[in-house]
Amino acid sequence: MLSWLPYAVAGWIFLVGCYGLVTSRHLVHTVVCLNVVQSSTYLLLLAVGWTRGGTAPIFADIGRSRSVTDPVVQAMTLTDIVVGAAVTALLLALTVQIAKRRGTVDPRALRSFEQESEE
Amino acid sequence: MSDWILGLLLVLTAVTATAVVLTRDPGRQAAVLSAYGLVLAMTMVALAAPDVALSQVGVGTAAVPLIVVLAIARCHRETGRGSRGDQDEDR
Amino acid sequence: MRTRLTLVLAGAALLVLAVVGVHAVSELPAAGDVPHPYGARAVAAAFGHATANAVMSVTLDQRGFDTLGEELVLLAAAVGTVLLLRELAAETREKTEHGYGPEDVFEALRLVGYVLLPVTLLVGGYIVLHGHLSPGGGFQGGTVLATGLYLAYLAADYRALDRLRPPGVLDATEGLGAFAYVAIGVSGLLAGSGFLADWLPHGTLGKPLSAGTVPLLNLAVGVEVGSAFVLVVGKFLEQALLAPDDVPEEG
Repeated sequence: MLSWLPYAVAGWIFLVGCYGLVTSRHLVHTVVCLNVVQSSTYLLLLAVGWTRGGTAPIFADIGRSRSVTDPVVQAMTLTDIVVGAAVTALLLALTVQIAKRRGTVDPRALRSFEQESEE
Repeated sequence: MSDWILGLLLVLTAVTATAVVLTRDPGRQAAVLSAYGLVLAMTMVALAAPDVALSQVGVGTAAVPLIVVLAIARCHRETGRGSRGDQDEDR
Repeated sequence: MRTRLTLVLAGAALLVLAVVGVHAVSELPAAGDVPHPYGARAVAAAFGHATANAVMSVTLDQRGFDTLGEELVLLAAAVGTVLLLRELAAETREKTEHGYGPEDVFEALRLVGYVLLPVTLLVGGYIVLHGHLSPGGGFQGGTVLATGLYLAYLAADYRALDRLRPPGVLDATEGLGAFAYVAIGVSGLLAGSGFLADWLPHGTLGKPLSAGTVPLLNLAVGVEVGSAFVLVVGKFLEQALLAPDDVPEEG
């Protein structure tokens, strides 16, 4: 069962995150759901590189012949995590600016570009 | 044995991710996001990726929830004066 | 009923995605039981350059150019956040009287901050410097170092600490980290091999002075990532601690 469970969990997290994105009523909640969607890709990448019975690819204390997980996908996931954090920070800065300019962070109230902010 | 731990952690990750999405109040969601980051990091350790788990703990459990909480504080201050967002509607 | 229509459309799209996803997963090879040809070659290359941590070898040595792009993404995100959140800071800095002063912080929080700050900085420095030997590296250590500074900001008075820090120091260290990465890459060009080539003597596997340029690149990345995160969180802290009646009317 473990041969498909990681992929299934990654897919489930992606779908749940997308559902949260669509039905969100607060922009910060939307940004956090986007972060959850991105985290599903970390799980997918690491599941591709996982070897049953393998250990971490750090050879300071184990021999060369030991079976290890794939270091290439782990490097990709590292990049993914950093870029995900950068995107989240920028989106939250945009949300703060929206709150300042429009006075609301409800996506349903922000449908148009009209400049009728209550300041 | 470690296969059982990995399976359990994967199921726990799916449950925690659902909890993050279903928590509508953004302040509480930041705390659940932090817990989700920790569970994801434990799953990464079970998948034999300690570098990635360290990075996930530092970023997804400490930095991002802190930024989320600070953004919420600022947004509440702004929306409290103007038209109120409907974030408490289904509490 | 636009919300209902949105939900129906989104539900249909997610359903199609789920069906296609299940079909794709059923075609994937079983997780955990397949050989990894790229992994085997990457591990062999890491041994060739005497790097004990194969993930760091892939990140900074074999795929160092991608890491340069990722560092620049973080730099751009930090610059973008500072620009987006900067408009009111200059006008309202002096006018804030309300917010956390030194006596407003809980005693327990302050104690935890004082105790954990040196420990966090030490652990962060260790993780950065031993990135090529044990799990860790520039990013992980940089985020842990940044966490130490958040503790300082939260446990003490943010404004007092901010006044202690000369303006632009964090921006300078972040730019310096990114510049150091590119400079080490260019030094590879000057040494006769390619950009970001690992041209320093490799040493023996597992010793602190091994793996060529990887420890130096780790240091550059650690400085840059730590500065970027502290910069971004500092900007958000400023936004959260400004008093409500000092925000000027603007459009």
